[in-house]
Amino acid sequence: MKILTTNYLACAVKTCKSEPAAFPLHFKDAELAREELELNPEFIKNVLPRIDWPALAQTAAELGFTTLPSQKPENLDEQTMKDLHTLLMETQVMEGKLVCGNCGYEYNIKEGIANFLLPNHLV
Amino acid sequence: MTASDILPAQEYLIHFAQIHECFRQPEINALAKRHSLPLVWKSYSNASPFAIITLPSDTDARTIISDSILAKAIYRLLAHSSDYDSLHALLRSRPELIPETIRKATFKFTIESYLHKRSKSSQRSVINGFAHLPLTGTVTLDKPEVKFTVFEEFPGSPGIYRQDGPTNPISVGLGVFLSHGSRSTIDTYDLKKRLYIGTTSMDAELSLVTCNLAMAGPGKILYDPFSGTGSFLVTASHFGAMTLGSDIDGRQIRGKKPGKNVIGNFKQYGITSRYLDGFTADLTNTPLRSTRFLDGIVSDPPYGVREGLKVLGHKDPAKNGSGEPVVVDGVVKFKEPDYIPPKRPYSFNAMLDDICRFAAAHLVDAGRLCFWVPATNEDGIEMQLPKHPALELIAVCPQQFNNWSRWLLVYERIPGELDSMQVPEKQAVPQRATASELNNFRKKYFEGFNQKPTSPSTE
Ligand SMILES: [Zn+2]
Repeated sequence: MKILTTNYLACAVKTCKSEPAAFPLHFKDAELAREELELNPEFIKNVLPRIDWPALAQTAAELGFTTLPSQKPENLDEQTMKDLHTLLMETQVMEGKLVCGNCGYEYNIKEGIANFLLPNHLV
Repeated sequence: MTASDILPAQEYLIHFAQIHECFRQPEINALAKRHSLPLVWKSYSNASPFAIITLPSDTDARTIISDSILAKAIYRLLAHSSDYDSLHALLRSRPELIPETIRKATFKFTIESYLHKRSKSSQRSVINGFAHLPLTGTVTLDKPEVKFTVFEEFPGSPGIYRQDGPTNPISVGLGVFLSHGSRSTIDTYDLKKRLYIGTTSMDAELSLVTCNLAMAGPGKILYDPFSGTGSFLVTASHFGAMTLGSDIDGRQIRGKKPGKNVIGNFKQYGITSRYLDGFTADLTNTPLRSTRFLDGIVSDPPYGVREGLKVLGHKDPAKNGSGEPVVVDGVVKFKEPDYIPPKRPYSFNAMLDDICRFAAAHLVDAGRLCFWVPATNEDGIEMQLPKHPALELIAVCPQQFNNWSRWLLVYERIPGELDSMQVPEKQAVPQRATASELNNFRKKYFEGFNQKPTSPSTE
């Protein structure tokens, strides 16, 4: 699971939908991997306005990446582009859990694939 | 005022494949929109492989056709008429129709006949008829600078090519070849050569066309909420989009054997860097937060024709949403590692409604929703199409089989926030009902049809 994807994921429980604490989800026991991928500047440029920056900064900090600027960069110079690509696309969580800060539900991540299916009593 | 304001727009001829006819114009329209080109249709018919459009330049013509799956090629159209006599008269009276650059070039002539077969000598005599053109270049069969193509269309029935005879064409034209479409891509993504496919993987051709209709392209994010083995994901990424998929069955994403999974397909096609992610989820309880970040949604939802449609939940509504986990012999069921949540039947219309609501909440302005819906033939054109105040219906493309059909519905997100639109309340799904009662199509499918459908994709 790529870090970019986590910026669009909140708790699937309906009663958590409107709760600020349900986003971003928090990684627990995360096993990180890095996969070298071709840089796609057009994509980074297009996706940047659609990123919730405070949530990204929080996720990054929780995973130990503390070099992210506190504000969304306004100009994408070459280095910023590369750094964002490395964090958003190349950094992946292979095993672990995503935890809701509101209800505490833990979503499993196995082989990089997170499972958001809810048990009956939460549907 | 610039020169292009005064000059009449240049005409181009698109040579289409004579297949999936209803999808051809919507595909070209989508490509024009994706590339912001001012396309105008001058002539088009589902019965003909030849269509005439106008565009500002040859470059634009090459651009519009480069990703087209249903167009074979595009030509700069020099002249066209109803018969050869008037075509030649036109070319003689207006020599400016042959631009200076073309006159001096090395060239060759070919002929494209629709519904007619010409012998070599018959082809030669048609081509010799153009000897009056003011050409000063030499004929070169090997890599000529200009490839003149004569187009002729004959009356008749599709698929039946008559031999030389007294029949006259109904239209003729002369063009210069510019570039091919992308029909060879169909072969590249052929399911027979794909490492990982499922029982419901959509064939490469319609999968690619669907992604063109969704305007998949570089820099965009496309999502398939019922991604299965990832047919739409690879074809959307082929056009340059980043793709995200989810499925209620995580095993579809992960695969059973190493390398034979969704990521394996991306590796096979050399487009790994365009695969964003796959996750296990149910559209009715999506983990994707309500923010408009998707450029397109492409899907062939499992309407449960064979399996009966399922979404998460217990079929006894009293057991849903109780907030209390199920405990058996002191073990909290959902915490067991192999826990598979029970599923409840879910109606066809409820699913269409969910897809539209999801699209309205997640697509960017002018983002596209393209999804397939099956119908019995008796539903026909009167099938009720899903509606949403934030979605404009752009195209409805049917594909007919013997006793059923499926329809590709294309919607575009109308700009603006949902708060300012009159979105009707979500209808409650009657929970105590069987899958076949809820799903009209499925009911008809099992009650009314004895025949098996003829190859709906690669079943
Ligand atoms: Zn929660």
